[in-house]
Amino acid sequence: MSRALILRRGGPGVTVQDLGRVGFLASGLSRGGAADVAALAEGAALLGQSPELAALEMTGSAVEIETEGAVWVALTGAPMAATADGERLAWSACHLLGPGAWLRLTPSGRGHYGYLSAAGGIDLPQVVGGRGAHLAAGLLGPVEPGSILPLGADPLPGRTARRLVPAERFSGGTIRLLAGPQTALFSDAEIARFCATDFKRTAWGNRQGVRLHHDGEGFAPLDGRSLLSETVVPGDVQIAGDGVPYVLGCECQTIGGYPRVGTVLPQDLPRVMQATTGAPLRFAFVTPQAARADYRTPAQLAREVAARAEPLIRDPRDIPDLLAYQLVGGAVTGEDLPWEQTGEDGP
Amino acid sequence: MTATPPQVFPRIGALGLDGILVQFAARLSEPANRAALAFRAAVDAAAFPGVAEISSSLAGTYLRFDPDAADPASLTDGLRALLDSRDWYRAPLPHNRRLWRIPTVLGGDHGPQLELAASLAGISTAEAVAEIAACRLRVMAIGFAPGQPYLGELPDRWNLPRQSDLKTRVPPGAVALAVRQCVLFPAESATGWYHIGQTAFRCFRPTGDPAFPLSPGDEIVFDPVAPKDLEALASAPAGGATAEPLA
Repeated sequence: MSRALILRRGGPGVTVQDLGRVGFLASGLSRGGAADVAALAEGAALLGQSPELAALEMTGSAVEIETEGAVWVALTGAPMAATADGERLAWSACHLLGPGAWLRLTPSGRGHYGYLSAAGGIDLPQVVGGRGAHLAAGLLGPVEPGSILPLGADPLPGRTARRLVPAERFSGGTIRLLAGPQTALFSDAEIARFCATDFKRTAWGNRQGVRLHHDGEGFAPLDGRSLLSETVVPGDVQIAGDGVPYVLGCECQTIGGYPRVGTVLPQDLPRVMQATTGAPLRFAFVTPQAARADYRTPAQLAREVAARAEPLIRDPRDIPDLLAYQLVGGAVTGEDLPWEQTGEDGP
Repeated sequence: MTATPPQVFPRIGALGLDGILVQFAARLSEPANRAALAFRAAVDAAAFPGVAEISSSLAGTYLRFDPDAADPASLTDGLRALLDSRDWYRAPLPHNRRLWRIPTVLGGDHGPQLELAASLAGISTAEAVAEIAACRLRVMAIGFAPGQPYLGELPDRWNLPRQSDLKTRVPPGAVALAVRQCVLFPAESATGWYHIGQTAFRCFRPTGDPAFPLSPGDEIVFDPVAPKDLEALASAPAGGATAEPLA
């Protein structure tokens, strides 16, 4: 039986995303992909599959999804209130949904980007080397309500329901930077002031970048003359003409002419993208050695997270139509029942 | 961090955890662009282990590596050795470049700021059309937006500063001019450049093969056509543009 997700209610921030496109920088197309790569890795860890598989990224609106066939899903990233046929689902966990289940997801106000990964991944054809929407480039676009998102073959149908405690990335904090080719455009005093400034994440933010707010003067390079446009990468902290810093995201432009203070470590970028509006942010320069020490590729991150995941204890009374979906779905067996493989009895 | 940026070129520096940027100049010039294009091709050919992708900007070459598979110190050493192996500012341009002839309506309703740009350049509109149409402009870089070429350089009289506001809205395929360069817009945009013409050429075609017809190093000639021809060109392959190999 074919397995799919059918989007019943969405919005402009509901997109398919994967790890982005590689090889198109020279053509002016930035990598794109999930705004919070760690959430994609967590979803992959919960489902026991590759983080390269495409998932649904959700920001800015409530989402409703109907399942076709029995589908394992993992819910990660910015927490959302989640129910399936009215029953509450734990966040940062994976769940088996029966055929025709109706999933409702509502943003909680913490963080920005929630993710729904499904076993087998969203199996749409690649366009320009990827499955994800690159909104800034006008490449693909939000998922339209009524769209059927086919799923690939489930690599691990015998999995059990698990949950994890995600790395905290919704409340801001100190973000680590690497100095770059343009750091020296700013005076030592200006860099010191930048690192001593309390910033807040503003509501102005999207996959292209996040605008910061601070009290006091804007930041300015030593030489105000126009710079030669140069290669820009996600994580760059760019100072716009009015002195306001922006942290550039996965859909940033590939070449830009604004001066840049430095580059946020890729492992810290999700904490900027996901920082709840108004969350405090500070910046600290680190050495390349320190930066590399805790960098993990998405696959490494998924393995580490998987090792920390714990069984999800579910009360069987929370699954009233369990018998029905076993019969209808035909894809689950008694051994797959979520609470049985946790090794725990229900209360 | 020093108070005065070092201005010795070419220079190599880290750009983020997984990138290295080689810069050939602080200001655009033909030799610096030539160096960036030629060095990018040489880095590509060198096939350093762990390199994920390579791109070039107006006067720089960028290399992104897989932090798990490449050692940035040895990669930097390899780039330094390659950099020192020749004078990249005089290097031949890479192979496989093409000359594009793109039918273009210059001026009039489709290029409403050509007259203003020409007067700022100190010549008549007719002279401006003739001079721009006679230029072979190099795709010096592709970037900012997908497929969007920076084309240069025009004669010095066209060194017009960008307009301070971004109120000019241009449609896809529009040609705009400033700072001795032209840009060919892939999509509707706001711009501070002078809107001088219109093509039916699309430099980003998401479902096309290739999706990005232009490559850095290609050359472009804007062949003037009448406004009435634009509609027919819109349904022609590549907006009526032709491409031939450059020696």
